[in-house]
Amino acid sequence: MRHEDETGDSLLSNRSANILVALILIAVGGLVIADSLRLGIGWAEDGPRPGYFPFYTGLLIVLASLCTIVLTVMGRMGSKGPFVRREQFRDVMKVFVPTAIYVALIWLIGIYVASAVFIAVFMRWLGKFKWPLTIIVSLAVPFALFVIFELWFLLPLPKGPVEDLLGY
Amino acid sequence: MEALSSLIAGFSVLGDPANVLYMLIGITLGVLIGVLPGLGGANGVAILLPLTFSMSPTSAIIMLSCIYWGALFGGAITSILFNIPGEPWSVATTFDGYPLAQQGRAGEALTAAFTSSFFGALFAVILVTFLAPLIASMALAFGPAELFAVQLLAFCSFVGMSREPPSKTIAAMMLGFALAAVGQDPSTGQLRMTFGWYELLRGFNFLIAVIGLFGIGEILLTMEEGLAFRGRSAKINPRVVLQTWAKLPKFWATALRGAIVGCWMGITPGGATPASFMSYGVAKRFSKRGAHFGQGELEGVVAPETAAHAAGTSALLPMLTLGIPGSPTAAVLLGGLLIWGLEPGPMLFIDQPDFVWGLIASMYLGNVVGLIVVLTTVPLFAAILRIPFSIIAPVIITVCAIGAFTVRNALLDITFMLIFGVIGYVFKKLQYPLAPLVLALVLGDMAESNFRNAMVLSDGGLWIFWSNGLVGSICGLAVFMLFWPLISSGLKRLRSRRSQPAE
Repeated sequence: MRHEDETGDSLLSNRSANILVALILIAVGGLVIADSLRLGIGWAEDGPRPGYFPFYTGLLIVLASLCTIVLTVMGRMGSKGPFVRREQFRDVMKVFVPTAIYVALIWLIGIYVASAVFIAVFMRWLGKFKWPLTIIVSLAVPFALFVIFELWFLLPLPKGPVEDLLGY
Repeated sequence: MEALSSLIAGFSVLGDPANVLYMLIGITLGVLIGVLPGLGGANGVAILLPLTFSMSPTSAIIMLSCIYWGALFGGAITSILFNIPGEPWSVATTFDGYPLAQQGRAGEALTAAFTSSFFGALFAVILVTFLAPLIASMALAFGPAELFAVQLLAFCSFVGMSREPPSKTIAAMMLGFALAAVGQDPSTGQLRMTFGWYELLRGFNFLIAVIGLFGIGEILLTMEEGLAFRGRSAKINPRVVLQTWAKLPKFWATALRGAIVGCWMGITPGGATPASFMSYGVAKRFSKRGAHFGQGELEGVVAPETAAHAAGTSALLPMLTLGIPGSPTAAVLLGGLLIWGLEPGPMLFIDQPDFVWGLIASMYLGNVVGLIVVLTTVPLFAAILRIPFSIIAPVIITVCAIGAFTVRNALLDITFMLIFGVIGYVFKKLQYPLAPLVLALVLGDMAESNFRNAMVLSDGGLWIFWSNGLVGSICGLAVFMLFWPLISSGLKRLRSRRSQPAE
């Protein structure tokens, strides 16, 4: 692991990230408020309308996030350091991107085959393992999961064309 | 003494060998979950919850709560041997635990950690045994206003007790409430915040959120820290255990303080993590060797471990009696109750005595079994930690994905899990607390319907929340907790102003 200078090589400062996330939360809060207003935040004949409670949760998200922004701008919240350094961000992406592809693959080819591919890629590419171990682990884990979920607990998991071929 | 006879009846539930087997499985899985990065108590229980749908609720809760005890024990192993807290509540254990391991006293540190965990848990279980029936019988008289007031108190305590900035705690909590509101409105049947997207009809399931926030988020964080397990070796033999046990009685005061701090923080939902820090701080101030804390004092291991375990255990007290979980894991267990068709709250003690007292009895036995399991299997679990992260990480992600899918058999939930993972990573880095978010997501519908029912009773007047002494004092306490950060900083300023002229 390389230790960077604390301020150098920063992708995003902690303070900017603080403000960015608060802005996103304000947008989410706004969405909640808007939908609550559509549903009605007042009183119907038989009690409060559906938007009555969510309206205030949305309002509090907006107010609390405004507070966070003000405190951050005033310099009372958030450290001066980086939110994430380039090196770290690359490491995180190395996990996140394969995971996102894995999730997409589950939709296409079922969870078992996708898991085998995912574990193999992860071990070979990030772990630099030799092929034999990679193949053993990436086949053994989905097989064990198949036995546990499909046969033992009788919980069907998403399957794809390969399982169809095998008659499952 | 009614509690005692109920407890004995509870132990008879454990007479069923199947339940004892589930307990052993639970403890072992729990220690494993506590040791592995990315799998924590809350997340582990969430993943395994769907597997228990077909079990009897009593067996299911025994197994799942034992996973929780196991995870509490397991967190200490990684803290001491690898200087990597397996769980947030074992961060404080690293302060003195790892230095001890570096000095070659890992066995002592581990024995001290496990034994004080056990002490903390035992203290809390005894408290639960005698307080739970009392609180439950009191809570039977609660109406919607009182129930909402208690929930309000729980959420306000988060703002007051949390180590994170209040504005972020409130934002995270309200986000949880907003997410809970998505889908069909339980009282009117109207669709809320689905924006024409029919998959959102059933709303967000909190289990998905837990698996994403704590599981995937934790893996991303671990990756960023560039984790390499280079741990100390652990040898525990009976001689070391006995020698350490001979030293421990010296620390009785620290352990007792830790247990009390832990119980307090567990019942008011402060949670195990702040409890462990607080107990460490208190022990450091009171101990004669306080100045040596951080360099490898056994007492510095005893303090946080007792508190964490006491808090984790006592978190089940409000969950069982009032339906308010004191920790994220307790929240997941509460969600389990709802799925198994049990209504959490005081009626549980009347309708389901087997369930409640079986659970409480299993807490006694589970912790004894847990202590024995961890003392005998530490080398095994330490060996598991030497498996490279690039094998463990994809397997954990796979298990998380399956766990997310099995909650409702929905592929979309796996995608939501990934999104929650990103949220968890960003929130953790920016000090947004995750526990209130999860708790709000679990309790959202319940809190809202209590609030609405109270409003219907009072015809929309907020006066119902101080209409009698009980509800008024709970609400008053809640408001006090909410403004505690402001009050305490105000007091600090006053005190410093007063002390300035003297200097």
